[in-house]
Amino acid sequence: MRDLSLHILDIVQNSIDAAADFIQVTVDVQPKEDRLVITVSDNGRGMDEALVEKITDPFVTGRTTRKVGLGLALLEAAVQRSDGDLSISSRPGVGTTVTARFRYRHIDRPPMGDLTQTIISLILCNPDIDFLFRYIYGQREFKLDTREIRAHIGDMDINDIRIVDWIREYVQAGIEGKID
Amino acid sequence: MKSIKELEEIRKKTLEKVNLRKDRKGTRVVVGMATCGIAAGARPVLLSFVEEINKRKLMDVTVSQTGCIGVCRLEPIVEVYKPGQDKVTYVKMTPDKVAKVVSEHIVNDRPVIEYTIGYVENRQNK
Repeated sequence: MRDLSLHILDIVQNSIDAAADFIQVTVDVQPKEDRLVITVSDNGRGMDEALVEKITDPFVTGRTTRKVGLGLALLEAAVQRSDGDLSISSRPGVGTTVTARFRYRHIDRPPMGDLTQTIISLILCNPDIDFLFRYIYGQREFKLDTREIRAHIGDMDINDIRIVDWIREYVQAGIEGKID
Repeated sequence: MKSIKELEEIRKKTLEKVNLRKDRKGTRVVVGMATCGIAAGARPVLLSFVEEINKRKLMDVTVSQTGCIGVCRLEPIVEVYKPGQDKVTYVKMTPDKVAKVVSEHIVNDRPVIEYTIGYVENRQNK
């Protein structure tokens, strides 16, 4: 994976595969504390303890079509390269939370990449799932909640291109700190 | 300053128009978005399809995602389903190739043979 936004897109696919209908993605950047934390939390079917223990093993996967799964393994490798850590907590029937901590200024910490593209792709392809995106930079916080968007658009589809174009501009402005 | 209130304006503007997208019988474009696809560049390909389709106002075309299609070395992979026709699988897609697939295949019913899995695989084996 070239950057963190692609890792996020990839890890969220796990939540989608786990039949989640509400997924929270938080990117918390604290340059002063040399910390960058990504959290993906879902209400999908979850995993039992035994599976959580070995889920970052590339030869362990929840899917049945083949026996490899690289998403979390690649994220773990990226985290370890930048002196961080990965933690996964999960409960069957409740959901899963993946937390990836990086040292913000570590030379091997992957760049952030285009978070807006990741968010847009997820909303476009998953109109039936609700997302709560939070981007925190120092004291500043930007939030995008698709439930709130739905409340404003009536019976328009959330993946209607006019809505998606607006979301793109809104997220871009939000990440750049141009929205209160 | 952008505000969520702007959504109300968008909604008012579209209120009287019939939403053609409710008709789901049209063409489907499916992009492989598993780890392999994402790492190979599926995200810009997906967004290029959406952009191109909207530029041409092709209201009966939907773009969606799927998991790993099983030939990871040929990612990004895109499958195009047109009603009443065989599925066409495009491999090693890039945003540059998207406009041609949309104009030739989706609009004019002429699949772009040189981007298809059969063509690329045969050439590699020679």
